[in-house]
Amino acid sequence: MNDGLAVALRDVSKQFKAGVTALTGIDLEVQAREFISLIGPSGCGKSTLLRIIGDLIEPSAGSVEVNGKPAHRARLDHDYGIVFQEAVLYDWRTVGKNIALPLELLRWNREKRTARVKELLDLVELEAFADHHPWQLSGGMQQRVAIARALSFDPALLLMDEPFGALDEMTRERLNLELLRIWDASGSTIVFVTHSIPEAVFLSTRVVVMSPRPGRIAGIVEVDLPQPRTAHTREEPRFFELVTDVRERLAAGGVDLEGAA
Amino acid sequence: MSVAVVQQRLADWTAPLVVFLLGIVLWQALVAVFNVQEFLLPKPSVIAQTFWDERSSLWHAGIYTFKEALGGFALGSGLGILSALIFAAFRPLGTASMPFAVAANAIPIIAFAPIMNNWFGLLNPFSKMAIAAVLCYFPVLINTRRGLTAVDPRAIELMRSYAAGRAEIFRRVRIPASLPHLFAGLKIASVLSMIGAIVGEYFGGPTTALGVTILNASAYTNFPVAWAGIVLASAFGILFYGAVAAAERLATPWDPSRRESHTD
Repeated sequence: MNDGLAVALRDVSKQFKAGVTALTGIDLEVQAREFISLIGPSGCGKSTLLRIIGDLIEPSAGSVEVNGKPAHRARLDHDYGIVFQEAVLYDWRTVGKNIALPLELLRWNREKRTARVKELLDLVELEAFADHHPWQLSGGMQQRVAIARALSFDPALLLMDEPFGALDEMTRERLNLELLRIWDASGSTIVFVTHSIPEAVFLSTRVVVMSPRPGRIAGIVEVDLPQPRTAHTREEPRFFELVTDVRERLAAGGVDLEGAA
Repeated sequence: MSVAVVQQRLADWTAPLVVFLLGIVLWQALVAVFNVQEFLLPKPSVIAQTFWDERSSLWHAGIYTFKEALGGFALGSGLGILSALIFAAFRPLGTASMPFAVAANAIPIIAFAPIMNNWFGLLNPFSKMAIAAVLCYFPVLINTRRGLTAVDPRAIELMRSYAAGRAEIFRRVRIPASLPHLFAGLKIASVLSMIGAIVGEYFGGPTTALGVTILNASAYTNFPVAWAGIVLASAFGILFYGAVAAAERLATPWDPSRRESHTD
């Protein structure tokens, strides 16, 4: 796809009206084709940062570039797709029509839309569910529809805000593998917010460790596990070393992992 | 709809129907046993007989009044929906206007009826439509506005991520999301519109109107006719409500309250 920087954040900070500093001094560069995880405890501003990249929230200071353009321009150019913790599917639309919604906004004709929806349903293995309504699907299936919808217009960047956080552990691990397959097939860059250390290590090429009050980057862990990752990756000694590394950086950043007051 | 669902629906209706029939039987029995005077409370059998004897004039009166109710419903609900759209699109205007809508709703409709009759003429059906419209306006406005504004913020964020503008967000998210609320308002309005038309007729109207029929029958102590008129008015209200509820099922088959199957 495109080479160069997918995301460039320079000295980004965010103060909310109530005087709360959500983020301060964020510098981060994400290369195209990377899989970056943002990890940290609640209140570290990781979801806010994701929304700033997506131009859904404006930063108080600093510059944000996506695919080499200002974030606002990138949003208007459909440069990214986004997935939230809940699938946020529109109940009045079938699964197929939910996936087609961004394409309708892009004024694709019906024929092109139908063909693309079929491709995407194949990709997320929901071929048989095009005419179902969202509530007829399980949580994991709904989240796959949300991912297919985010990928529908083939954006270079995929922003994901704890997309598997509400799912059970087995479904989560299965969707982790599926996401890596999609990442590989689509050639996109992924910025992934999570609060699960093993999930971040398993998925990512780099893990950005954040600490709270005010939200800032406490450290970055390069994940040198071989690609492609498989179910066995989670059993390798290197996997556990990296998990420990991320945990220690979280602790060093002032995150209480001992449960002490 | 599967056989099981049809059976379930029938079962849902059985209990209310049994209660209704028991109530009628009890009414008939108590009036007979305690020898209640007819002007106080006629027996259901007498009301039914009167209904049958007077069916032609009652039916015409009912249709006349129902047309007034329908006109008022269309007018009041239409204005309610329009106001809700404007208030939701221009939030400061909505905030500034809502107290006046609340105040308008607090006007006792009884006090309003003679004024409408005076403005538009006793025999002009529009005077009754105006009263029904005032009653319908508020519940439709409140419910629709709530439906348009109380949308999951992430559903809006998602649309913004697709570079959708305010008009697109309205058309593709806010309006469809508001439909269950809109129908909740319309169902209330359907019943209120019949009440509004009859209240208006109590302050004067053509003798072909149901409200005037009930009023005159009472004045001449012909209470079985008055009761038959009340039953007919209720029947129209219930049927109108049912029609709106049926339209709701067609328009929002996806509403959570009507979901039939789940796979997991």
